[in-house]
Amino acid sequence: MNKSVLLGTLAFAGLAAAGASAATLDDVKARGTLNCGVTTGVPGFAEPDANGVWQGFDVAVCRAVAAAVLGDPEAVTFVPTTGKTRFTALASGEIDMLARNTTWTFSRDTDLKFDFTGVNYYDGQGFMVPAALGVSSATELDGATVCIQTGTTTELNLADYFRVNNMSYEPVPIETGAEAVQQYLAGACDVYTTDRSALAAQRAGFETPSDHVILPEVVSKEPLGPLVRHGDSEWADIVRWTLNALIAAEEYGVTQANVEELGSAPGDNPEINRMLGTEGELGAMVGLEAGAFKNAIAAVGNYGEVFDQNIGESTAIGLARGLNAQYTDGGLIYSPPFR
Amino acid sequence: MSDAHAHSVAFVRRSEIPPAPPPTAETGAFKWVRENLFSGPFNTIMTILGILVVWYLLSGLIPWIANGTWEGDDIRDCREILQGSGGGCFAVIADRWPQLLFGFQYPDYLRWRPTLAFLLLFVAVPPALFVMFLPRWTLIATAIYPFVAYWLIWGGTLLAPLMTALALIGGYLVFKQVEKRGFVQGLAAGIVTAVVILWIGGFVSDAGSGVLRLEPVESRAMGGFMLNLILGTVCVSLSIPLGIMLALGRQSKLPIVKGFCVVFIEFVRGVPLITLLFVANVVLAYFLPPDVNFDLIIRVIIMITMFSAAYIAEVIRGGLAALPKGQYEAADSLGLDYPQAMRLIILPQALKISIPGIVNVAVGLFKDTTLVSVISMFDLVGMIRGPILSSTDWVGVYWELWAAACILFFTVCYGISQYSQWLERQLRTDHR
Repeated sequence: MNKSVLLGTLAFAGLAAAGASAATLDDVKARGTLNCGVTTGVPGFAEPDANGVWQGFDVAVCRAVAAAVLGDPEAVTFVPTTGKTRFTALASGEIDMLARNTTWTFSRDTDLKFDFTGVNYYDGQGFMVPAALGVSSATELDGATVCIQTGTTTELNLADYFRVNNMSYEPVPIETGAEAVQQYLAGACDVYTTDRSALAAQRAGFETPSDHVILPEVVSKEPLGPLVRHGDSEWADIVRWTLNALIAAEEYGVTQANVEELGSAPGDNPEINRMLGTEGELGAMVGLEAGAFKNAIAAVGNYGEVFDQNIGESTAIGLARGLNAQYTDGGLIYSPPFR
Repeated sequence: MSDAHAHSVAFVRRSEIPPAPPPTAETGAFKWVRENLFSGPFNTIMTILGILVVWYLLSGLIPWIANGTWEGDDIRDCREILQGSGGGCFAVIADRWPQLLFGFQYPDYLRWRPTLAFLLLFVAVPPALFVMFLPRWTLIATAIYPFVAYWLIWGGTLLAPLMTALALIGGYLVFKQVEKRGFVQGLAAGIVTAVVILWIGGFVSDAGSGVLRLEPVESRAMGGFMLNLILGTVCVSLSIPLGIMLALGRQSKLPIVKGFCVVFIEFVRGVPLITLLFVANVVLAYFLPPDVNFDLIIRVIIMITMFSAAYIAEVIRGGLAALPKGQYEAADSLGLDYPQAMRLIILPQALKISIPGIVNVAVGLFKDTTLVSVISMFDLVGMIRGPILSSTDWVGVYWELWAAACILFFTVCYGISQYSQWLERQLRTDHR
């Protein structure tokens, strides 16, 4: 009897899950809030401030999608996830999208059955060492002890890099970034390795940042971006093109300040008109209002503004645009045309 | 002759000499120090080493506390103020104190509600803990408390907890009526009544969802030390009765009851708590349809309660086994049936023996509630590890926060253990 109940529950859950994945957009609209998975805290990318309001670079993607779909950037339920729970949370339908500096890899895209909807930050794994160690290149790290976060792609990249260069190392596995930094500062390891953005952010919090150097080698590609479940391409389109709208807005000079003005009436640039919904029917094609992308830009600003506010050179994190500059400035940030 | 003798002695003392104080080396603090700290070469070395260790610790700790600053908006401010004086940056505690207590999602204008619930705890708990000093009617406060606290912390209409209370009262009354015909029939009738009232009450509280309504707060918003206290209090108070039942069930002569209890206890004891929490958090989500929102806190409470109930059951079984067989036979010879014998003779003695063990489990359980931080719930430890340690403002602060967490936990756990020692003294009936 127990077995039949269990099977029944399974079947019901399967049916319900299939039903849910078919129309995430309808679910979100009916619910009135977007369930967005974020980290439990990475400086500049996602962190609740002293008033409990989520701030950050990844958080802005959630708010932009909520503004596009529901017209309200505050209509987001942030679901903090750890490196271990993030994929189950998305797969089980607890969250509608995951914006949690997650690296786009082959197996996550295919085997884990997710769809990455673009890249909002091009990162790469780097190494930080104390300046006193006198190391100037990662190739001199043979035999080093390395602090590393478990359950991340950095762990695997590290093994690959040392194997390729025929070097040995001793890993010191650690759960969170804050603990890793503490171990590193306490001298439990010679090297701390993670994404270079995180290294820079953590180093900015050190008492004497100049005592530590980030080595020039970038040992991996870490394209970070939002992702959704397989099987609901309409929803994936919405997330993808909301992100593209933020990117394109920077390219065309649409900012949080002037988006209302540009979006009130058709202007000279047809691409801007189409994106902001004053011309054509792009919004309707993804099941949203005509002004959906205008709302998204009005809510968080364009890509460049989001970058500058949260992790740019004027903030405590102080990251340069680098690879994340627009393609017109020599970076990789590039949106397909709104047509 | 005697004269001659008298003249040959210059002075004869005629009164007793007043007792002289002992030599300084044999008295007071000096003697104590010599006997206890420097009584031999080995002890002398150990004392000196001990003093050095204490000195080393204090020389780090005292400047850290004394030079510390409570001012500043972020760690950069802190470092500006401290100027490398080695003081702690306690400003993080001042800045994030409400978050440490309530989590970061509980609306700040509603924080008075959990605070009030916490204060009421001091009204509600003493009647249960100090039964021998307070009149019995004060237990009403204890009985009402869970419903009031739920209403205050979660909000919503008062009807929902009221209906639950009614269901329990109704079930109890029916149980009392039917109990004359037998304990088991009474229990069954009581449970059925409670479920029926609860079912009807669901409609009532849905219909009157505006009655005495406080602004509802989602379970997801619970956090900080509040979450530890909620989980600790609820789980301890639920797992003790459950543990008693399991312990009795394990000794039962009915094979099915016994088998169930043994399997349950052995299974739960054989699984780490963190596994159960992962099941509660992620695995259950696969089995439940996405629309069903089976509250995460309830899932976690069920898992922790199961876990600690299994341990408490074993502790109580130890107490039961310690009773001489004559006690059981005495109860039988008085003509008491099983529930009466247990309630009046066996359990009062067995529970008294089990107090240290139960308190041990309770303290451990309270500290184990911090494990929920691993399944991305923001209890005190979760708040520190997640949002605070990795915020742009406070990245790099570490010891200050953990020290605050230690103090909070120590206060509560030390209180529990002091209470249990007091209770043991109160209940001691032998003449040692």
